[in-house]
Amino acid sequence: MGEISSINWPAGDFTRVPYRLYTDADVFEREMERIFQGSTWAYVGLESELAETWDYLTTQIGNRSVVVTRDDKGELHAFANRCAHRGVKVCRQQRGNSRFFICPYHQWSYDAEGRLRGVPFIKGVGGKGGMPDDFSQDDNALPRLKVAARNGVIFASFSEDVEDLEDYLGETNLQYFDRVFDGRGLKVLGYSRQLIPGNWKLMFENIKDPYHASLLHVFLVTFGLFRADQESRVAMDDTGRHALLISRKGEQKVSASISDIKNLKEDLVLADPRLLDPVKEFPDDATVVMQTIWPNLIVQQQSNTLALRQIRPRNAGSFELHWTFFGYEDDSDEMQTRRLRQANLMSSAGFVSADDSEVIKMAQDGVRQYADDAGLLLLDGRGTKDTPHMVTEVALRAFYKHYRKVMGL
Amino acid sequence: MTFERWLVLQKLYNDYASSLDDGPLSDWPDFFTEKCLYLIQPRDNYDAGLPMAVVRCESRGMLQDRVNAVQETIMFEPRYLRHHITNIEADDASSDEFQVRANYSVIEVLNDDLPRILSAGRYLDTVVLENGLLRFKEKRVIYDSVLVPNSLIYPL
Ligand code: FES
Ligand SMILES: [Fe+2]
Repeated sequence: MGEISSINWPAGDFTRVPYRLYTDADVFEREMERIFQGSTWAYVGLESELAETWDYLTTQIGNRSVVVTRDDKGELHAFANRCAHRGVKVCRQQRGNSRFFICPYHQWSYDAEGRLRGVPFIKGVGGKGGMPDDFSQDDNALPRLKVAARNGVIFASFSEDVEDLEDYLGETNLQYFDRVFDGRGLKVLGYSRQLIPGNWKLMFENIKDPYHASLLHVFLVTFGLFRADQESRVAMDDTGRHALLISRKGEQKVSASISDIKNLKEDLVLADPRLLDPVKEFPDDATVVMQTIWPNLIVQQQSNTLALRQIRPRNAGSFELHWTFFGYEDDSDEMQTRRLRQANLMSSAGFVSADDSEVIKMAQDGVRQYADDAGLLLLDGRGTKDTPHMVTEVALRAFYKHYRKVMGL
Repeated sequence: MTFERWLVLQKLYNDYASSLDDGPLSDWPDFFTEKCLYLIQPRDNYDAGLPMAVVRCESRGMLQDRVNAVQETIMFEPRYLRHHITNIEADDASSDEFQVRANYSVIEVLNDDLPRILSAGRYLDTVVLENGLLRFKEKRVIYDSVLVPNSLIYPL
């Protein structure tokens, strides 16, 4: 692995982020190894996507393809999606149902646990050829990942010694995770995929950054969905790797405290108000909860749109953002339609999210050209502790505190 | 499909494309009936019968709201789009409401990038004759290019 020599980062400083972290191939390689293949739980899918025996899906952890399956005992499994023979990506389908996975190249076959179950011509043909006597199918299983599921959400880890999922999330983040995933059956409403030309961390940071939400997202601000003057807070776990932005809806009005916002469209009205017709559905008063679960998941509840955004890094300069929109099995038709309408705010064409994909590209364009410089995270001081308001970059500083430790930078 | 129908549809889709490419965007909702359904949906959702669409408008008002968002609230890099609509096919069922399918591809040009195909797929439409004008009562844009290159800002 490449040495990382060119990062100039004063020890203990979480208020500055060298731009090279977003552009450097060696940094990216180390991130894949220490973060995505390290002691982390990565989101891989929902149990409702694997409802039947032998259902499977393919997903990605870091830049590696992984297959997740359900066997005939109902157990979930995950294994590396690359053939033990010559490295071919064995499974090319996004989702499906199959008892065996047969590599297209020389037809080695694997079962739902990734065990090698068949090798053509293993004994040769007509006494000629074949595998040596010491070849063992058992030794050539596909590398297995550890799997954990909570209330219908599946996580996997390349690491054997990763802590329990519940401990990993920590008390506060677990509590908010269980708020959306409360044990009710989940119903997938559909997917949306984007290839964003920016470093994967920019996405993670974006969701930890309430500063931008109340400025860049004119739509949110205009319709009072997210505003700096609303009651809100930022909460993290002890390590700083996960974070929660929790907020409550306000009004479409200008107050002195937000007169810094240049783009507020005070007189914009919706021609069809059904587009935003939020109803309260959780016991508490929060109308927006954005949760980042290290290293690859964003759980969003924005009014009644519920979505999982999975970050799939490709290289230092691009990542796929994979959205899974869902509701609950007990949703009324009316509620499902409401979720689908509010989804207009999200993903590639979203009134809100398109701002983010656009600005992430612009950020990458800037840092790529000025990779020797560093960005600033000074809003609300230098601390890394929970904050009872949104005018803060505390969750980004906490993120980099953890990042530096894991990356040894 | 009669030649005459093919010809009027050719004109409709040409007008639709040039209106989106050259503007003004405010004309776009006029291509639809007051109550309508406009969806932009990735092909995998459509094939799996999943209802999620990245754009969903259920009335001319919601189309208008999208126009307003593009013009007033969404922050995006300037870009030019060119729509190419081909292989138009329609049924001959009735003269005032019929189903149309067509292929489309849209080329996107940004300032500092090479041109690229932003989206490719098909239109599955219901066209109606309303006061002598052909309008979309339903337009489903089903895109094969499920991995969207960054953002979809303008309508397809
Ligand atoms: S590469 Fe898979 S069987 Fe040969
Ligand atoms: Fe954002």
